[in-house]
Amino acid sequence: MDLEAQFERTVAAEQRVEPRDWMPDGYRKTLIRQIAQHAHSEIIGMQPEGNWISRAPSLRRKAILLAKVQDEAGHGLYLYAATETLGADRGELTEKLISGRQKYSSIFNYPTLSYADVGVIGWLVDGAAICNQVPLCRTSYGPYARAMIRICKEESFHQRQGYELLMTMMSGTDAQRAMVQESVNRWWWPSLMMFGPPDAESSNTEQSMKWRIKRNTNDELRQKFVDMTVPQARKLGVTLPDPELRWNPERGHHDFGQPDWDEFWQVVGGNGPTNAQRIAHRRKAHEDGEWVRAAAAAHAAKHAVREGVA
Amino acid sequence: MSSSWPLWEVFVRGKRGLNHVHVGSLHAPDAEMAVRNARDVYTRRNEGVSIWVVPAAAITASSPDEKDPFFEPSGDKVYRHPTFYEIPEDVPHL
Repeated sequence: MDLEAQFERTVAAEQRVEPRDWMPDGYRKTLIRQIAQHAHSEIIGMQPEGNWISRAPSLRRKAILLAKVQDEAGHGLYLYAATETLGADRGELTEKLISGRQKYSSIFNYPTLSYADVGVIGWLVDGAAICNQVPLCRTSYGPYARAMIRICKEESFHQRQGYELLMTMMSGTDAQRAMVQESVNRWWWPSLMMFGPPDAESSNTEQSMKWRIKRNTNDELRQKFVDMTVPQARKLGVTLPDPELRWNPERGHHDFGQPDWDEFWQVVGGNGPTNAQRIAHRRKAHEDGEWVRAAAAAHAAKHAVREGVA
Repeated sequence: MSSSWPLWEVFVRGKRGLNHVHVGSLHAPDAEMAVRNARDVYTRRNEGVSIWVVPAAAITASSPDEKDPFFEPSGDKVYRHPTFYEIPEDVPHL
């Protein structure tokens, strides 16, 4: 049978494409770009929260935050490994990230100004990520889908620890409650931007939906996130900073306002509050680690020679 | 990060009594580091009691291109399955 027809039949039948199967070049390229961008987001995403590890208010909170940041590293590694099954080179992807040629989620270009941000990131940012990622557990490319299943299981811890942290702060002093509200005000709109531009402006959606590497449109997922989050905010006792936000009984969904898309495109274009800082930090970590990579390789080479002799 | 470090495939035994199952891959300079990295990457939540790492280059796989002819010999041997045999319903324990 014609290879392309066989590929399309596999995807349409909701079966998985595996690494050694024939696939169209466009499918491979789009997947590498999408998975790498996701991997980069996990790796860069370690920075805003890592910022608070040394200042977490108790040993318990510190241990939780460390575990969470370590998870983000693990998620990045699952995803980089998935890109390699498509023929991507790990070193090249890192190079593309630190030279700014590949992107990561715009959300990580905002600074974490208060400790409440740790909770709000877990609740809203990881909550939005879960909305995006759960449908990808059924994506057509096998290694990607399997990585997403692992990631989603772990994200659930991230979201719950964030919400619990905020509940604790909300039951504290007025100053603590104000700190949570201020943090929600800053993160709400960037969280809505995480789903990408409105469907009408999203160039990749149609083909990606056909290939089953995207399962819902940006606007569908954004709606789902808002509907999920409103009762959580009510329970928490915070106000989501959108005057247009209200329940629409006819639609059976919440109506809500649009984020500032000009800001979104500015941040995507590299002009967000911390774009330069994030990349500089990642580049420095990579360069500072060079001697460790070289030493480990030299150690392995030395032992390979010895064992070869023996 | 290190295209110079070889790629290892990682297999984890979830608990005693189960087979090792492929969970993913990673880069490491040698087998010992591959096992340690595999522990940190793939078993942060008690997912395993035993880890195997295998150099990815050492794996030989059947080719997907010859999928149909390669597995065809078992396709027409319906007599290998217990349901092939008709036994009266009143024969017990069979």
